[in-house]
Amino acid sequence: MNLSVSFAGINLKNPTILASGILGVSRASLINVTKNGAGACVIKSISREPRAGHAAPNMHPIEGGFMNAVGYSNPGIDAAKKEFSNLKEVGAPVIASIIGKTPEEFAYMAENFLSDEFTAVEAVLSCPHTPGYGTLAGQGTPEATEKITRAIREKTKLPLFIKVSPQSEPIGEIAKAAEAGGADGITAINTMGPGMYIDIKLRAPVLHFGIGGVSGPALRPIAVRCISDIYKSVKIPIIGCGGVESGRDAIEMMMAGAQAVELGTAVYYRGVEVFQKICEEIEQFMAEEKINNLKEIIGVIYK
Amino acid sequence: MRNITDHIPQAMAISKIVDENPFVKTFYFEHTLKSKPGQFVMLWIPGLDQKPFSIAYDDGNTFGLTIFKRGPATEKLFGMKIGDRIGISGPYGTTFTVNPKLHYIMVAGGYGAAPLGNLAEALANCHPRAMPTGRQESGDLPRKIADSRLHGNDNTRIDFLIGARNKDLLLFQKRLEKIKNSTLHIATDDGSEGHKGYVTDLLPVILSEAKSPLTNGKSDPSPRSGGTQDDNSRVLVVTCGPELMQKKVLDICNKFDVDCEVSIERYMKCGVGVCGQCAVDPLGICLCQEGPVVKRELANRIKEFGKYHRDKSGAIVSL
Repeated sequence: MNLSVSFAGINLKNPTILASGILGVSRASLINVTKNGAGACVIKSISREPRAGHAAPNMHPIEGGFMNAVGYSNPGIDAAKKEFSNLKEVGAPVIASIIGKTPEEFAYMAENFLSDEFTAVEAVLSCPHTPGYGTLAGQGTPEATEKITRAIREKTKLPLFIKVSPQSEPIGEIAKAAEAGGADGITAINTMGPGMYIDIKLRAPVLHFGIGGVSGPALRPIAVRCISDIYKSVKIPIIGCGGVESGRDAIEMMMAGAQAVELGTAVYYRGVEVFQKICEEIEQFMAEEKINNLKEIIGVIYK
Repeated sequence: MRNITDHIPQAMAISKIVDENPFVKTFYFEHTLKSKPGQFVMLWIPGLDQKPFSIAYDDGNTFGLTIFKRGPATEKLFGMKIGDRIGISGPYGTTFTVNPKLHYIMVAGGYGAAPLGNLAEALANCHPRAMPTGRQESGDLPRKIADSRLHGNDNTRIDFLIGARNKDLLLFQKRLEKIKNSTLHIATDDGSEGHKGYVTDLLPVILSEAKSPLTNGKSDPSPRSGGTQDDNSRVLVVTCGPELMQKKVLDICNKFDVDCEVSIERYMKCGVGVCGQCAVDPLGICLCQEGPVVKRELANRIKEFGKYHRDKSGAIVSL
């Protein structure tokens, strides 16, 4: 069964991609993920300076989903360049992930971190729980999105995906701004919220930062709607992200307009084997529904 | 489907506090944790931090954590009283083999004496929680005490090697001396008690005495069938404590070709196999899932063991 997908100069043997922030701290971890069937991996987001991130707890499940406030912990550009080298050993495309507090920082990361070993770059403008970045720093507006995209565009020829926030309304406008700035695609979406979960005996929010992004099954209908809005707004391809846990969910996102899907919280529910499992579930659906090529289902709800 | 209540902190009150030495306290909680030797919990002090701690005691009704004061979170904990509540999630992780038919050689450095003491007690059946090997499955209930393999087993033999900088820092000496069928061997850096030197100095001597033509000279972990051999002579070395000490134990076990289980500590964030903080080189496996207890064959393949680990930003730090 042919599960390959191709978009924005990226060729994948299957449409499952490891989402940023999950199992992406080391090259060895990425190798483990691709051994388990991922079509590609997005690394942990890297900033110019090292960041310890928020104290723990910074990740925990809730009913129907998951919450996190990790806070962009990463070893900074110099250590990350060493870690994410020899990427051929990963055995599948590796997508860089960069963050910055300002358009200039994003440009700096694009110029100095991105080697040609990366297949593409995902620039994240949408974290809901880290001061200085994302929605807490106003990066989710159309103006900021276009400015940041342009700044990165000038510094790299790699396929550039902008990862957007479900908080940004109307999300079609944010996508248009990214497209205008020169993005090659949109990753929809980052986590929603931020949300808060309180331990009623200890009388405190469980996440150390107090609030955090919500992911998992609860997020998925939001993500699917965002993909749909974006599909109707721009011509550039979409990578879907948000609560995919099964083949059914992946197909749903593709029918809404995604070319491929990122998996994050799914690893909590089904283990690192989830990439392989979802591919098998997609294949089963294609056999049952007599679909020969995934191109047939992308955006099919609009036809 | 994973049981999320295992992975969200549950509020628990401190029921007892024991001063083990000037730097170490054991905190007890009356709660059925259902843990197995080698596992850990995440302890949350609201507003400060959440950290993994090995389980030092679990008799099925009460569990205990032996904690060394070393930073703001443990400092706050040391200031707490009986009745104060903190958050506990878990138990997490893989477990030491619990097989009363083996000859255990336990090598404990410093705080490593706590989880190994837990293992020794489980083996000697000082409490009936001893379970055969395997990962924790949710909903596991303790086997009945009537299980003749585990109850009052006189064949368990334990050589417990314990090391510390000086005799005031030795942990649990009295508790360990009480475990039947066990022999305590002590090493202190300054010679204030026992052998002057490292606890790993003692291991080759004890291994040489333990090995004979009838014992396992191979690393085959499966029990031999058809027993003309006395099972009790099959050696299993287990170790816990500072990583460089454990690496030395692993090297010695490779040289003697005996089964060995180490307990690898790595900085952990999520504890549930998602964030990748505790993934080890070059395999990329997460130690909150595949560890902390790791058998010899796998430990040999974790090339970073004994060499480096990662700090909370993911940067490599030499040991």
